[in-house]
Amino acid sequence: MVRKEKFIEGFFFINGMAVIIVLLGIFVLLIVNAIPAFRDISVWDFLTGKVWNPEAYGKPSFGIVSMVVSTLMVTAGSLIVAIPLGIGTAAYLTDVASPRVREIAKPVVEILAGIPSVVIGFLGIVLVGPIIAKLTHQTSGLNAINGSILLAVMALPTIISLSEDALSSVPKSYTEASWALGANKWQTLITVKIPAASSGILAACMLGMGRAIGETMTVLMACGNASAFPHSFIDPVKTMTATIAIELGEVPYNTTHYYSLFAVGLVLFIFTFFVNLVSDTFLHKYEKVNR
Amino acid sequence: MEQGRKMVEVMNFNFFYGHAQCLKNISFDIAAHQVTSIIGPSGCGKSTFLRCLNRMNDLIPSARMEGSIKIDGQDISAPGLDVVSLRKKVGMVFQKPNPFPKSIFDNVAYGLRINGTVDKHIGDKVEESLKNAVLWDEVKSRLHESALSLSGGQQQRLCVARALAIAPEIVLMDEPASALDPVATAKLEELIIRLKQKYTIIIVTHNMQQAARISDMTAFFMQGDLVEFGLTNQIFTRPKKQITEEYITGRFG
Amino acid sequence: MKSSDIKQFLGLNALRLCMAVVLLILFVIFYDIISKGAGKISWAFLSQPPRNGMTEGGIFPAIVGTFCVTVITAVFAIPFGVGCAIYLNEYAKDSWITRAIRMAIRNLSGVPSIVYGLFGVVLFVNMMQFGTCILSAGLTLGLMTLPWTITASEEALKSIPNAYREGSLALGATKWQAIRTNVLPYAVPGMLTGSILGLARAAGETAPILFTGAAFSLPILPSSVKDQFMALPYHLYIMSTQHQAIVKVRPIAYGTALVLIALVFFMNFGAVVLRYHLRKQKKD
Repeated sequence: MVRKEKFIEGFFFINGMAVIIVLLGIFVLLIVNAIPAFRDISVWDFLTGKVWNPEAYGKPSFGIVSMVVSTLMVTAGSLIVAIPLGIGTAAYLTDVASPRVREIAKPVVEILAGIPSVVIGFLGIVLVGPIIAKLTHQTSGLNAINGSILLAVMALPTIISLSEDALSSVPKSYTEASWALGANKWQTLITVKIPAASSGILAACMLGMGRAIGETMTVLMACGNASAFPHSFIDPVKTMTATIAIELGEVPYNTTHYYSLFAVGLVLFIFTFFVNLVSDTFLHKYEKVNR
Repeated sequence: MEQGRKMVEVMNFNFFYGHAQCLKNISFDIAAHQVTSIIGPSGCGKSTFLRCLNRMNDLIPSARMEGSIKIDGQDISAPGLDVVSLRKKVGMVFQKPNPFPKSIFDNVAYGLRINGTVDKHIGDKVEESLKNAVLWDEVKSRLHESALSLSGGQQQRLCVARALAIAPEIVLMDEPASALDPVATAKLEELIIRLKQKYTIIIVTHNMQQAARISDMTAFFMQGDLVEFGLTNQIFTRPKKQITEEYITGRFG
Repeated sequence: MKSSDIKQFLGLNALRLCMAVVLLILFVIFYDIISKGAGKISWAFLSQPPRNGMTEGGIFPAIVGTFCVTVITAVFAIPFGVGCAIYLNEYAKDSWITRAIRMAIRNLSGVPSIVYGLFGVVLFVNMMQFGTCILSAGLTLGLMTLPWTITASEEALKSIPNAYREGSLALGATKWQAIRTNVLPYAVPGMLTGSILGLARAAGETAPILFTGAAFSLPILPSSVKDQFMALPYHLYIMSTQHQAIVKVRPIAYGTALVLIALVFFMNFGAVVLRYHLRKQKKD
């Protein structure tokens, strides 16, 4: 009996450990498949080169700066839209909406989270693109600003729901104390609740950022995918995720180009890993404060 | 003073949660076929002590114990003890009625089934247990309804029946009446007094009148110490220690 | 009016505006897709394969493909996720190893979907020699869904009162008996609901299946898990970016988008209905 119990516990323990193995497995396989790329490319050129042209005849170049900048550009653009909008919506849900409105509005936000990214990307092509083209007097509206708008839509649900959690877990006593001192709703929100929830809200924004950096289909479909170094938001851009998505399907296995895409994947993985780590730290801080 | 054989022998027993010591050098014996009450202010360690008797504290990761508790002569504080067979011998009724969200019948049959009782015997044993818990007449017509449809008092007696079904020798009760109204409490107390013919009852209560009404022996705990232990009658009329008197006369607590 | 009142008036209305913008975004998305896609939906569209170089016909193979791959995802991710949740919620002590597992789960949920795609190519397609097929794609999506099923299952287990575990243990049940007979049965509705929500997300994902098994167009339906497949999200991607007659096939793309959205919402809706029913059953 005791033996059987030990065996069952062991089984579930292995099950739990497997999650760590999966994460390490992803990391290790990315490294193992990225390393052969650096037999032909120098790490320095890879990390500092502006030109990504792996199929160039004679002298291919593998510099990721342009795509890193592209990724950061669309991510930053999306956050400029999504952070104020997300926090504002979260604050509306916790502090302004009546319980009944909240009951309806919350599932609606969840619906937004459920829309597949490929559908958002499709709308970037057929809906957002033409509008941007018209406004900027360009032939195509597939550029960084389009990607930013779509990524904002993708990051919004994360930012809203986590900020809402953070705001609603601010102890009621804080709010009451603020009211008792004669502060109105808005003053209480700005001077008491948001500062008290700040680490949770920051964590929400970081997670939203993580989603935006790693998002593939929307940027692949709506950003125009030009590998040149971007100079403005109306330039078409090709992000790290889009590069992998486009090129992995075309390259023969076990070529430098193939391995270099894993190197890009590794950079992407490290980016999101750190973003998550930072958000985790904020989240921990906020859990401690609210205990 | 003590009648019957010793059922539980506690010797120099200490209990810790992490670094906090919750029970300090407890020693006393509990006799078979008696009702023993454990009283004391909240946080005095009375529930902790009760949960040592069937090793429910094992669920808490940082728990640690020293000294010994013997039940029927067997030391149950040893780390390698088979807690499953201990818990079959030492039943427990919890503070809040906790019937499982199953039918009345299945609640009582639960312990029998997990212990591998053959199906054809289960019906009889369920009936017997419900009769022992003085619940049979109230539920015999609706055994297959959800246990959650019963009143609070009935639920608690169902939990008693559930504990009795696996034929324990000792029944631990952790403030069993604290969630019940006075009528249901009276019924439960009546039941407890009846049960001592067959079982040894150890009950934790914060209600001193209750301890006085139902128990033969009373132990008074405070801040992890066993302050006084003796006949209920003597504890409530002529306590030996002043602090016991202060507690039972309601000067603190 | 005091200046603080004016500020409050402006501020609260700004918050209302934020909510209104979010609702407007959602409305625009649905309005555009439904108004332009609904006309395309017919029995023929749903039940026929594409014809004439995918300029006519329906999306039946893509529906079948998405269904098959989601089944593989479920078969992999649900038991694995439930097992892991049982370990974390029922057995694990607060040790560094438990914290490491939790950190791994949080990080897995942040790994970009395209990175899962890369991992799937290396592990399932190449190392395990499955090739590009339903199995590889399903397992890749399964890994991606894992953090969801674990979290959902753990939430479900957490919602089971401790009294059920203690009550059972006090009756002489072993730990596993208590979990199996008195915890899991009540946690199943929550586990299923959460897992279906994760699966709905997997069904709509494109990046992880790009290189692990999804095909541009296939003349026949897949007959085993080792075949390639068409999938709804991938089909939408193809129809909106890769097709040579991009404008001509736009209605098909809209129709596909509508079916995809409908599928995801039926799964969400189904999960909610399932939860409602199982809860009601439990109460009776």
